[in-house]
Order: sequence, then C-alpha cells, then structure tokens
Amino acid sequence: MVGRIIGDIFLIIGGIFIFLASLGLLRMPDVYNRMQTSTKAVTLGAMSSILGVGIIHPAWLLKCILIMLFILFTNPVSAHAIGRAAYKSGVKLWKGSVCDKYGEHLEDKNE
Amino acid sequence: MPYEIHGLSVYIYVGLVMLGVIFSLIRLAIGPTAPDRVVATDILTTITTVVLVVLALFFDRQIYLDVALVYAVLAFTAVVAIARFLEGGL
Amino acid sequence: MKSVSRYLYTVIMFFVVWVALTGTLRWDELITGAAVSIILALFTFHIFTTEGLKNLTPKRVICGIVYFFPYLIWEMIKANLDVAYRVIHPKRPINPGIVKVKTRMKSDLGKTLVANSITLTPGTFTIDVIGDEMFIHWINVKSQDVEEASKMIPGVFEKCLMKFMD
Repeated sequence: MVGRIIGDIFLIIGGIFIFLASLGLLRMPDVYNRMQTSTKAVTLGAMSSILGVGIIHPAWLLKCILIMLFILFTNPVSAHAIGRAAYKSGVKLWKGSVCDKYGEHLEDKNE
Repeated sequence: MPYEIHGLSVYIYVGLVMLGVIFSLIRLAIGPTAPDRVVATDILTTITTVVLVVLALFFDRQIYLDVALVYAVLAFTAVVAIARFLEGGL
Repeated sequence: MKSVSRYLYTVIMFFVVWVALTGTLRWDELITGAAVSIILALFTFHIFTTEGLKNLTPKRVICGIVYFFPYLIWEMIKANLDVAYRVIHPKRPINPGIVKVKTRMKSDLGKTLVANSITLTPGTFTIDVIGDEMFIHWINVKSQDVEEASKMIPGVFEKCLMKFMD
C-alpha cells in the first residue's frame, strides 16, 4: 500500500514534467529553445513515470531501470543530432539571440 | 494483485499525458521548419515509450515492457537517421 | 594485447545486457547468452570501444555509480525546475545564444559524458564537439568569453569526472 502511494506520486510528477515539456514545445520561439525545454523535461518525466511503475510493481523494477537507463543515455544523443542537423540545414537563430559563435567558427573554416 | 485503474491519481496522470500528446501533435502539424517536426517526433516517441510502460501496469501484462524497450531502440535509431538525412550526409 | 582487452570488455558488456534483458539466471539462458556475446563481439568490438578493460576498473565503476550518477540526477532536477519556470512565466524570460567553451577531457568517453551531461543540465545543450572545443546553445547567456563560459558550464562536471577518468 505504501509502495502504491509512493509510485503514484512519482507517476504524477512524471506526468507534470511531460505536460511542461510539450507546453514548452508549443510556446518557445525557435527550434533551439524548443529543444532546450522539451528534451530535458521529457527525459526526467519519462524516467520518473517508469520509476513509479517499477515501485508499484516491484517484480518489474529491474526491467524498468533498464528502460530508464536507455532513455537517459539515448535522449541527449538524439537531441545533439537534431540540433546539429537544424543548424546545418540552415535554420536561423531567434532574432533576440545574443551571440552565435558556431556560425563564426564555420565561416572562419570556409575562408 | 492487478493495479486498480479507477482512481483520482490515474485520471490526473492520463489527462496530463494526453494534453502533452495533443500539444506535441499541434507542433508536429504547424511546425514551420522540418527540424521543428523532428523535435516533436522525438518527444512523441519518448511519450509513447512511457505510455507502453504504463499500459503494462494498467493491463498487468509484463510483455508490454519488452515492447516498450524495443520501441525505444527503434525510435532512437529512426530519429538519428532522420537527423542525419536533414544534415545532408545519410 | 590492446584488442584482446577491447574484445573481453565487449563480451562482458554484451553478457550483462543479455542477463538484464532475459531477467533469469537459469543455466541454459546463461550458456546461450555467453555463446551469443562471444560470437557477436568478434564482429563489433572495434566500433564498440577504444579503451577496453580500463573502463571496468573498480575505481571507475564505483565512482561512476556512487559519485557521478546522483550528482547528475540532482543537476537534472534543478534543470527541470529552471525549465518549468521559463515555460510557465508569461513573458518567457529567455536570452539565448551559442557560446564556445573548451573542455579539458582527453578521451572520447570523457568528452561524450561531458557533452551528454551538459545537454541534461540547466538551460544548456551541446550542438557540436570539434576537437576540444564545444559549441553550446545557452538559454540564458551570462558570459560570451571562452574562459568564463568554460568555468560556468562544463567546469562543475569536469571537476567531478576528472577524479576518476583520465
């Protein structure tokens, strides 16, 4: 019974973070800021939800931890790949951005 | 003992995840550039993995956990492949 | 000698993953897993790792699990509270930009760990790694100088990782 309550709390926290991630996806102005808000929040939301399931059903805990670790290792890699692809395919930074050292570096290399 | 799926916490959780899926689908539909849509797809695949794990709890079927793991592997490969394609060097 | 160490490391990692996936300790499952990992590692060890058994020294494993992993989880929770604040705030308090930082990590594994940790922490994510330079998109740029930014973004993780990597 205690496990059920703790697991429910983890599930709700995960749900809140998944909701916030998609809200950020909708509200932010350009691709890079969308990725800032969404990749991190969805990673923690997914890990928290899966840990909640593992706590409610302790026999599945090992497999749940395996799925959590997999999400933890692969999500930053795919975010990194999408970010570089967005820059290379020519998506401009938001007009309120302060600096763009990566663009300067690529221009230096081309000259 | 199977999980009791009629409870306030379950309703709140399913509502929050459903709103998340709807917002991501809106971004997938209106996203002005292709990378926007890929980001939305990435979020949706992670949410799908979570939903499969939670469904395993609700229906009390352990096999759904394996489905979730295989889905996570394939979705990661797919997103990285699309990103490489956008970058221009598949 | 180096490639034997790499091969053994690959076999051990594959076998651990097999045991975790099957979730039983029955002897026929274990023998099948051992056979599959020994054969599969022959074809994949040269792309799987560059350092070999050095990654499995007790110092690295224990420090990684006890010291680095809880620290990473704590940083992720802070990152998400920060993100929640920026998303809910009606005026969207963001000040984004791409900055350049230098990392002190030498090995590829160290660079990967630092880059992934940066992606998971407050308001920063790695766009590209070229040599020892990292290009980082920062949602709230505090300093455009290379030295200062290097202290602020990867510095904390490097201090943590330097103790047991490299």
